[in-house]
Amino acid sequence: MTPAAGAPLLEAEGITKSFPGVRALHRVHLTLQRGEVLALIGENGAGKSTLMKILAGVQEADAGEIRVDGRPVSFNTVESAMRCGIALIHQELNLASNLDAGSNIFLGREPNRWGWIDEKMLRRQARGYLEAVGLDIAPDVPLESMTLGRQQLVEIAKALSVNARILIMDEPTSSLSQSEAERLFAVIRELRGRGVSVIYISHRLGEVKELAGRVSVLRDGENAGELGRDEIHHDRMVRLMVGRDVERFYQRRPHRPGRVVLEVKGLRTRAYPASAIGFALRAGEIIGMAGLVGAGRSELLQTLFGVQAALEGEIRVDDQLVMVASPRDAVAAGLALVPEDRKGQGLILPMSVSDNLSLVSLRAHRRAGGFRDRKAERVVARDMIAAMRIKTPSDRQEARLLSGGNQQKVVLGKWLAVDPRVLLLDEPTRGIDIGAKQEIYGLMEDLAERGVAVLFVSSEMEEILGMSDRVLVLHEGRLSGELTREGLSEEAIMHLATGGAPAAETSP
Amino acid sequence: MKRILGILVLLIVVYLATWIMSDLLTGRQSFMSNFNQENLIRRTALFGIISVGVAFVIITGGIDLSIGSVVCLVGVGFPWLLLDKGCPLWLALALVPAVSGLIGLTHGLLITRLRLQPFVVTLCGLLIYRGITRGFTRDQTAGFRNDFTNFRRLATDEIPVPFLGGFGIPMPCVILAVVAVIAGIFLNRTIWGRYLLALGNNEEAARFSGINTGKMIVLAYVICSLLAGLGGLWFVLDVNSAQPVDFGNFYELFAIAAAVLGGCSLRGGQGTILGVIIGAALMQVLRNMITLVDEIPQNIEFAIIGTVILAGVIGDEVTRRIVARRRRGVEGVGTGLPPAA
Repeated sequence: MTPAAGAPLLEAEGITKSFPGVRALHRVHLTLQRGEVLALIGENGAGKSTLMKILAGVQEADAGEIRVDGRPVSFNTVESAMRCGIALIHQELNLASNLDAGSNIFLGREPNRWGWIDEKMLRRQARGYLEAVGLDIAPDVPLESMTLGRQQLVEIAKALSVNARILIMDEPTSSLSQSEAERLFAVIRELRGRGVSVIYISHRLGEVKELAGRVSVLRDGENAGELGRDEIHHDRMVRLMVGRDVERFYQRRPHRPGRVVLEVKGLRTRAYPASAIGFALRAGEIIGMAGLVGAGRSELLQTLFGVQAALEGEIRVDDQLVMVASPRDAVAAGLALVPEDRKGQGLILPMSVSDNLSLVSLRAHRRAGGFRDRKAERVVARDMIAAMRIKTPSDRQEARLLSGGNQQKVVLGKWLAVDPRVLLLDEPTRGIDIGAKQEIYGLMEDLAERGVAVLFVSSEMEEILGMSDRVLVLHEGRLSGELTREGLSEEAIMHLATGGAPAAETSP
Repeated sequence: MKRILGILVLLIVVYLATWIMSDLLTGRQSFMSNFNQENLIRRTALFGIISVGVAFVIITGGIDLSIGSVVCLVGVGFPWLLLDKGCPLWLALALVPAVSGLIGLTHGLLITRLRLQPFVVTLCGLLIYRGITRGFTRDQTAGFRNDFTNFRRLATDEIPVPFLGGFGIPMPCVILAVVAVIAGIFLNRTIWGRYLLALGNNEEAARFSGINTGKMIVLAYVICSLLAGLGGLWFVLDVNSAQPVDFGNFYELFAIAAAVLGGCSLRGGQGTILGVIIGAALMQVLRNMITLVDEIPQNIEFAIIGTVILAGVIGDEVTRRIVARRRRGVEGVGTGLPPAA
């Protein structure tokens, strides 16, 4: 079983894969050494996920060869990839939340005799793997009582328990808090030290810089280039991903904030009943809301939008006191929310682009007796598709078939059709590629120019720094400070986000 | 255990209420009579058998609406074969698991291979098996008449309990006990039970863990139909004769209701055998109450049962929310994200 001398741990060559109408991968190659963290980056639709699925045995390549330890292998099931030591850690966690940690680790491979599970053995072995990923919990802790970050570590423990030598992680930090992500990085480094190799897919270039020993870039289903440890810089990665220089990523235009559109006073949310929040938003202003995950940002937006009832507080739109007990009230008051969970809360996936775009404005276009005015709806939809440059073969295309960026444009578009006064966005660019990100930023700028007050929540520091006229920082449900353009810096935000006192006295 | 507690309390409350209203307030001894209590246990056991079956399907996130018709097919077909067709007992007995197992296998394969929806497949089953039964019997009642009395004692006998004044444990209760113990061990102590729970919660995760989820789902439907067949056999042994038109009518709904009351979630991944049996018992005590308490008119039976099921499910949901809120309170800051779907 000694590996062929000098052969890399994993080698993929000439991988080609087509789906009906799409060439997902074309002659892609990839190598992975022992104990290496390789970052795989690229825009959405560049073929990263397809490549990973092929390496993990979820899908089969049309052509190409995969070698492990220099020996050609062929995978057509997840189990056959597992036998070669390859485990895929999915973007969406693949665990059974009704079982405990130990049962999840050994799911499908329970130590048993004649089908009878040996619980004692299972727990004893599980404990070792939990320790290996730095989790000091008992194996019988139910999964549903654990945070997402811990669940992810359980998933890694599960991969280790099948003696995985190659871990493929697809956007593992997308739903983790800062501290959870850091814990994950520590575990990855520790695993690397023990000779485990990791292929790390992420949109967050900051993470890539921190973790990766090498970066491989895919573009349009082909290799776009590779960067060694010393070459990993933000600009170079972006250039390879986009295929051109991104001259000025955040094209801020000067805003002239007008009068106050939204005023919030003493608002207490269910998530943090102890803190009352107050702030004001002006017309034509873009405000970023920063904070660690769990700081109550999403909850605040949802409370403003009536998804969750407020415990107390005043919301005024254009100086009018409004009662927001439901999203319907919020819409009537001129508020719009682009939710964080695009697929779950923003879109009706099996419905067409046109039907999604007209969902909010249906009422406005209805005819006598409640009948839909389908002609008007389609006109609105087509205008919106053209105005927002939504890439779709037709307005009848199902929303689920669009790329993430175009889906997000549809969500935005359905609100623009009713001309909101205040636009709330929750992680507007999460999981969408760089080109589409830029377009979303452009749309936010356009709206501000038209006098809409824009409030967006983001966990991406660069986005907050690049887009905001002002930044509100939350810490554990409390508004811990406000930063204007002049005092804006990553350090200042982190200082407030981690509970530091606002440095109000020192700034002019 | 916590999940069972609520339904257990509800059962005790309804049981005591029935006793008070039917016996204590009237000075009769109808509810607490040996005859009635034995009968109550007998009915609970019979319905318990089919409820345990459907629990397996519900745990996978599926549903089986054909149970009542399988009960009818077996319950009518078995005596029909024996007496009208002169079929030997061993063959008729062998046909019960063979036919009901085949039905479950068909359901499972249609659901996993052709990816049809369980609701649709088993709804069609409900129509087909009853139609077939009415066809081959020409709607004529089938029964044992005065034959097979010894064999029928497997359902009609009681095992006397000493010192309880002639009270005996009805045979179906023994059958249910055996079924329940095996089902409980299967669900909680074997890898296959764990696979069912896992795939009911997250089928993809189970599949990516190397579990043949299709096979396991088929297994759940086979178990369900087998127990429906077993139940059908014991139902007819108990009552002696069965009419193709209405034998087993609505039994699937009683079974599903018992499973849901007993803590199974129709979303899958949850359920305990003991809870399901308590749920079945609650249904029977309720029906008994409606029969025995003079103030309750017979014809609103379904309305009362429906209301109690609704109350049970609401109560369950409310407790779960309170528990969840308390847990969140203890943990303090959540992740700020909805739980992974």
